Amino acid sequence: MTPDAPPSGAPAESLYGPRSYRVWGDDALAGQFLEVSMGPHHPSTHGVFRMDVVLDGETVVRLKPVFGYLHRNHEKLAEGMSWLGSMPYTDRLDYLCSMTNNWAYALAVEKLAGLGVPERAEYIRVIVGELTRLVNHICLAGFLLADLGALGTPLLYAFREREKILDVFEEISGARMMCNYMRFGGVRADLSPEVLQKIARIVDRFPAFLDEFERLVSGNEILLSRCQGVGVLPRDLAVNAGVTGPMLRASGVDYDLRKVDRYGIYDRFEFRVPLGEHGDVYDRYMLRILEMRESISILRQALAQMPEKGEILHPQAKLRNFRPKPGEAYGRIEGPKGELGFYLISDGGVCPYRYRVRPPSFINLTVLEDMCLGQKVADVIVIFGSVDIVLGEADR
Amino acid sequence: MEQGRTGVALGAAMDDRLKSELQRAGIFVTSLEGIYNWSRRSSVWPLQFGLACCAIEMIATAAARYDLARFGAEVFRPTPRQADLMIVAGTVTKKMAPQVVRIYNQMPEPKYVIAMGACAISGGPFKQGYNVLKGIDRYLPVDVHIPGCPPRPEALLNALMFLQRKIDRQTLDASRPLRWYDPMDKAEFPVPSYGAHDLTPSSNRAFWKPEATPRNEG
Repeated sequence: MTPDAPPSGAPAESLYGPRSYRVWGDDALAGQFLEVSMGPHHPSTHGVFRMDVVLDGETVVRLKPVFGYLHRNHEKLAEGMSWLGSMPYTDRLDYLCSMTNNWAYALAVEKLAGLGVPERAEYIRVIVGELTRLVNHICLAGFLLADLGALGTPLLYAFREREKILDVFEEISGARMMCNYMRFGGVRADLSPEVLQKIARIVDRFPAFLDEFERLVSGNEILLSRCQGVGVLPRDLAVNAGVTGPMLRASGVDYDLRKVDRYGIYDRFEFRVPLGEHGDVYDRYMLRILEMRESISILRQALAQMPEKGEILHPQAKLRNFRPKPGEAYGRIEGPKGELGFYLISDGGVCPYRYRVRPPSFINLTVLEDMCLGQKVADVIVIFGSVDIVLGEADR
Repeated sequence: MEQGRTGVALGAAMDDRLKSELQRAGIFVTSLEGIYNWSRRSSVWPLQFGLACCAIEMIATAAARYDLARFGAEVFRPTPRQADLMIVAGTVTKKMAPQVVRIYNQMPEPKYVIAMGACAISGGPFKQGYNVLKGIDRYLPVDVHIPGCPPRPEALLNALMFLQRKIDRQTLDASRPLRWYDPMDKAEFPVPSYGAHDLTPSSNRAFWKPEATPRNEG
């Protein structure tokens, strides 16, 4: 039998094009591929994602992601409603980080309408944005460890800390998860001194929690052996595929929009951008832990520098009958998952003419097959978990 | 015992003072139905199955602060074969609806459904979308609806307590047989498939009976 020729009786075509059969030795099972559909109901697919995996034994030969199980027509609905009307919908894009979604959308609209943001509102945005980053990264670490088999403890620790931050969000916006907090030209509600104290307390205690979390898991032998050298994403591929966020930085590319664009007031803060060396799952995990420490540093500076009083909404901001002048704008921020951008076209009407989201989750997922090829099927879940996706954003 | 009843009636009919006297002697009297329902209500195992945003709140409910374990329902089972309760947590799209029904079919009876959040109830904020199912109760018999977008963890706890009360009311009475004891009952619900324009059938007419409006008449 020659390599790449189908064994007798085996189909030459699969669902995904011609099969390539390899023959290894005299084993009767050699070259017998197994197609496994992982998802959409799979406890570790972070929602409703499906991977059609072709396996040779336990090794992944091909992986085809299947999207669309949570396609909720976000962009189309937004084109039919007022500019502000899609603000609550952006909450539901990446439902772990509603504040940063709000921010990206507000930024794009402000660019389109030429609106400024008062200084105090900028500080509030940075504070809630970095708190959101803490929530996202700690939840990711918890979920990743749950995928690795540490089913309870790390996730419970993560959610314990998340609840404290959600309490703050609830106090300032009225909702735990879906905050709908930003407005074009500012934010919706001011932070009271009590809330700022609460945030300061969280910021003070978070490093101790991170130490505790790291003592629990970071040096764990199982974590090291399951994560190190698994799912390596080469630097060039990461750049060429448009991967952004912690995924890109774990591959060693120094690209953080907070440094590159310096949107908002990020030029006023001192912080470092952690970079990975190997681009494997462990680097991606560790990078998020390090980023959380930097977020703490940004939060400390923001709390210290924040002006005592001031406007939180630009005087020219209009909540009702808001019609930006015709034109187009692309606003982007460094979301916890990567570059989250909104591309908007206005025809001068009450609703956007075109509304498009650049979702980091979706674009980071495009390299999933490249990372998984040649790995074992059990590692697929780990690699997938380290990408950090939320299906609400990937499928929209 | 009342005729034909093994039920709660026995516990109720018994004199309270006699009951407490027996309890002091270490004898606890209850009805078969009472202990049957009590054990079922205290170990509802939900299916670990998240669809969208509400799933995060579902996880938060199971986590330390809200602690679903207090109600005996913390054992999230990844496989439908071991689950009693399906919490439909999030938007059901038309691409996902067949899978949801199929998973429900794989669960053993008796099984319950909680529709969590506005999307699972009615499509919620995404109702206008062409790809969003306007409520899972078109295909599944929902026991408890939780409004909210997303509902708070307390709301899910409340829904679980509500479901427990519902389980309490179930009876072994032969004159009112439960659906799943009926040998002629069709255990499987029809799984919708993606037709030319929409899901077919568009609903399970066995239990989804919307009021007649000019649009859906006939």
